[in-house]
Amino acid sequence: MPLLRVEGLGIDFGGLRAVDNVGFQVEPGEIVSVIGPNGAGKTTLFNMISGAYQPARGAVSLDGEIVTGMVPHLLARRGLSRTFQNLQIFQKMTVLENVMVGCHLQERASLLADLFSTPASRKRSAETRAAALKLLERVGLDCAADKEASSLSYGALKRLEIARALALEPRILLLDEPAAGCNAVETEEIDHLVADVAKSGVAILLVEHDMKLVMRISNHIVVLDRGEKIAEGRPGEVSRDPKVIEAYLGVQPKEAGGHALG
Amino acid sequence: MTELLQYVLSGLTVGAVYALVALGFTIIYNASNVVNFAQGEFVMLGGMITFFAWQAGLPLPLAAALAILAAAAVGVALNKLAVERARGAPVVSLIIITIGASIFLRGGAQLVFDKQLHRFPAFSGDEPLVIGGATILPQGLWVVAGAATVFALLYLFFTRTLTGKAILATANNRVAARLVGINTDYMMTLSFALSAAIGALAGVLMTPITLTSYDLGVAYALKGFAAAMLGGMGVPAGALVGGLMLGLIEAITAGYVSSVYKDAVAFIVILAVLFAMPQGLFGRKSTDRV
Repeated sequence: MPLLRVEGLGIDFGGLRAVDNVGFQVEPGEIVSVIGPNGAGKTTLFNMISGAYQPARGAVSLDGEIVTGMVPHLLARRGLSRTFQNLQIFQKMTVLENVMVGCHLQERASLLADLFSTPASRKRSAETRAAALKLLERVGLDCAADKEASSLSYGALKRLEIARALALEPRILLLDEPAAGCNAVETEEIDHLVADVAKSGVAILLVEHDMKLVMRISNHIVVLDRGEKIAEGRPGEVSRDPKVIEAYLGVQPKEAGGHALG
Repeated sequence: MTELLQYVLSGLTVGAVYALVALGFTIIYNASNVVNFAQGEFVMLGGMITFFAWQAGLPLPLAAALAILAAAAVGVALNKLAVERARGAPVVSLIIITIGASIFLRGGAQLVFDKQLHRFPAFSGDEPLVIGGATILPQGLWVVAGAATVFALLYLFFTRTLTGKAILATANNRVAARLVGINTDYMMTLSFALSAAIGALAGVLMTPITLTSYDLGVAYALKGFAAAMLGGMGVPAGALVGGLMLGLIEAITAGYVSSVYKDAVAFIVILAVLFAMPQGLFGRKSTDRV
């Protein structure tokens, strides 16, 4: 059974069919990328899968359970976690606290024990702290643990958001342009991180404009254009697909095909 | 010197109540960015419900507990029936909704209860205690101790418990809080319940000293709001300091100048502080990163 199954998903904004009849599957440990020109509906698709928008048509199921339009905090409890293109960070908390908030689903807390700071409660806090530090190490931010999040660079915040998403121990992680606005070195770091996460068995659904990154790490690519799926397949197949090249360049493939997906 | 001590004692008593009301403003503001002008009505409900329950024959502590629970329920209803339904509306509209709720609650109280002034007995008698020549009512000590307990418990709640931290996380970034599995609607409701209960407690503690009536909420809302702005909206420590300062300024003005000017002087001080520090004494400039 696929971990994530999307069937016939669609939504309209006013008279505009923003996304229509999109379907695909993601297996555990697989990296699936969603690509397409600007305005193709990639982020809208993400927003429907992650419960930010209510889809008008179609269904999303997670490990066999129908979760169409379920609110984000319940999806998080079922193992679906995401990051945002325009960062959603607890800016006024420290870097470590940001990740610790993500760990809370794994905590077994009792209000009274915490109020009186019992040894059990303190032990649990120490464990959460250690787990959060380990995640920060994994994304290379352990040295910034006690800095306020708002003082971090953009690329570092991108990785912090991934660390926080991982703290939820997700089964599938949706990454919306994790490398956008990052320089070459930062992109490389995110590349390694994503591959590493997938290796640990977490499925990854990726929206990304950096085609080199997409072609290198994806197992499987879904191409959207004007809200519809126009192609799907392995990186090599997709990059040679004339429909894909046309969607990106809007010209005859013989003129520029070789460079289309660089 | 005795005189000054006297003013300080009465200032602290009133200030503690302002601090509690300001804290109620702060909790809801943090959770929802809404300035809840119905906050004063919770103070009124605390006093009024306690009085009528006590008059109906309930022992005073039970009546007080009932009043606090009932006010919390009103707070939950305010969020569920009015604020949550207008989700997505601009903050200004939400604030106007709370003003409407405040008028509604005042009118409701006038109908359900009456338009008289009411008082129930002080918890530990009315014999003033003498401290260094100055006097304080035992009820004044109850007020100060009550406020101190609430602030201490809330400090522990927000710094130590997961639920408290989840409310802070919701305040900090609601989208991110949802992403990590926090039920932000529940946290909002909890904040309203908490604020209402704190306001009602202030009303219960203060009624034996100042009496209560259906229309007393407006004055408390205004003073609590001013105290919260003075300390920095959204900062609990600011609510405490702002409330106590406001109480002290009022008492000292009333003592040395005239009680006619106590509100005027208090508001002049607040204006002066806000001109110099628009974020309030403890507030921080907020910046959005895009």
